[in-house]
Amino acid sequence: MRLIAGFVGLGASLLLAWPAVAQVSPARQDRLREMVAQDCGSCHGMTRKGGLGSPLLAEDMARLSSEAVIETILEGRPGTPMPPWKTMLSRDDAAWITAYLMGELK
Amino acid sequence: MRILLAAALALLMTACAQRGTGDLGLVVERADGRLMVVETSGSTRLAGIDGLGDLSHAALVYSRDERYAFVFGRDGGLTKVDLLSASIVGRVMQSGNSIGGAISQDGSLVAVANYTPGGIKVFDSRTLAQVADIPALGADGKASKVIGIADLPGKRFIYTLYDAGEIWIADLADLQAPRLTKFTNIGKLPYDALVTGDGRWYLAGLFGEDGIALLDLWNTDQGVRRILDHYGKGQEALPVYKMPHLRGWAAAGDEVWLPAIGHHQVLVVDKGKWTEKTRIDVAGQPVFAMARPDGRQVWVNFALPDYSKVQVIDTQTKRVIKTLEPGLAILHMEFTPRGERVWLSARDSDKVVVYDTETLEQVAEMPAVKPSGIFFTNRAHKTGL
Repeated sequence: MRLIAGFVGLGASLLLAWPAVAQVSPARQDRLREMVAQDCGSCHGMTRKGGLGSPLLAEDMARLSSEAVIETILEGRPGTPMPPWKTMLSRDDAAWITAYLMGELK
Repeated sequence: MRILLAAALALLMTACAQRGTGDLGLVVERADGRLMVVETSGSTRLAGIDGLGDLSHAALVYSRDERYAFVFGRDGGLTKVDLLSASIVGRVMQSGNSIGGAISQDGSLVAVANYTPGGIKVFDSRTLAQVADIPALGADGKASKVIGIADLPGKRFIYTLYDAGEIWIADLADLQAPRLTKFTNIGKLPYDALVTGDGRWYLAGLFGEDGIALLDLWNTDQGVRRILDHYGKGQEALPVYKMPHLRGWAAAGDEVWLPAIGHHQVLVVDKGKWTEKTRIDVAGQPVFAMARPDGRQVWVNFALPDYSKVQVIDTQTKRVIKTLEPGLAILHMEFTPRGERVWLSARDSDKVVVYDTETLEQVAEMPAVKPSGIFFTNRAHKTGL
């Protein structure tokens, strides 16, 4: 059951990773860009070169899968200061931010 | 308007020699790498200083004559600015990534705490020439990020190794041979620290476990001990969307007011005994809890998503007496030297607002681009700031 749920989850995130781009309204995209710069920037640096948190430059992101990044944004990283953002960000939001950080979107 | 501004600037330039600096301050415009020079007598902006690089999470300290500020940028830049001429008088790129710094008791040395590569570097405050470079290798041999740096009496600085969980004191009386005193195993992931205004206590908040590491600087032979074991995330803690800033920890009388981590509460702790007296429910996860200089009020701001609120607590009754909404994303607060007014930066409203601390009404505001830290020159004469 868990395995199935896992597969469904994985499938859903794979499906969402790309179409999500279209599902985030332009106004929401502005807000997300702002959040990445200002709120993620508090720990990861406004230029994403890192701080208390890891660097988030495109070359750092290239080592990770989109799914892993989306999961990290939504669920956080236990044992580190990275909190789960799922109360403030939808999966579509997280997918958009992931693509944005990876340099696939402006 | 423009002409007025130019005239004001010209006046400032020519008045350089005559003007005092005790009512001046700087506001960080973080996204633009710019500082605003402000004055607190009339609550106005006097000038801007450009070219400071990446100022996300920027902090600064003042020279003892309150004329110069040393600005620590996220990009590793250390910039010396002159408040009177509103200009940069020195700048060095001293590391890849820094978090803050401190100035020595006698004002002669400025130390910068770095993330990459981890460690501290020390500079001559007059020339910005580097005089010491002390890497932060923990007992495990690995380089560590440095946080929570503060000045101690003598040419000493105290700081904390984030990754290694250690507190170090660097004594720079002999610049050729800095002496290090290390306290190891203080706890997991100390994320920020402060020294109390009297210079006696150094407290490091732990993120990786509950509690606070405490060092009695008058009795360092007793080592680091753990206090407030329940302080921290506890069982039903909420995710922490922004690390509390410990330098905001407010000492009012015999009480220290701390932002709880992962809870919508401010803790009141007995200073000296280091036990909890009470906790006060507030509107969100506190980031700064700052005491008005007379200790009669504590002002609290919050992490996302409640960061557009500010609450004022009466320290006698321990009640929230007012909830304010001064603007969007309130990042920082700074009291005027004697506390009749408080300035607040509203990042997402692109403005700085000024409140009267008795009436709790807004009395002034000024445009500012993505403002964050506000620093008034009276910090120059406070240990740990």
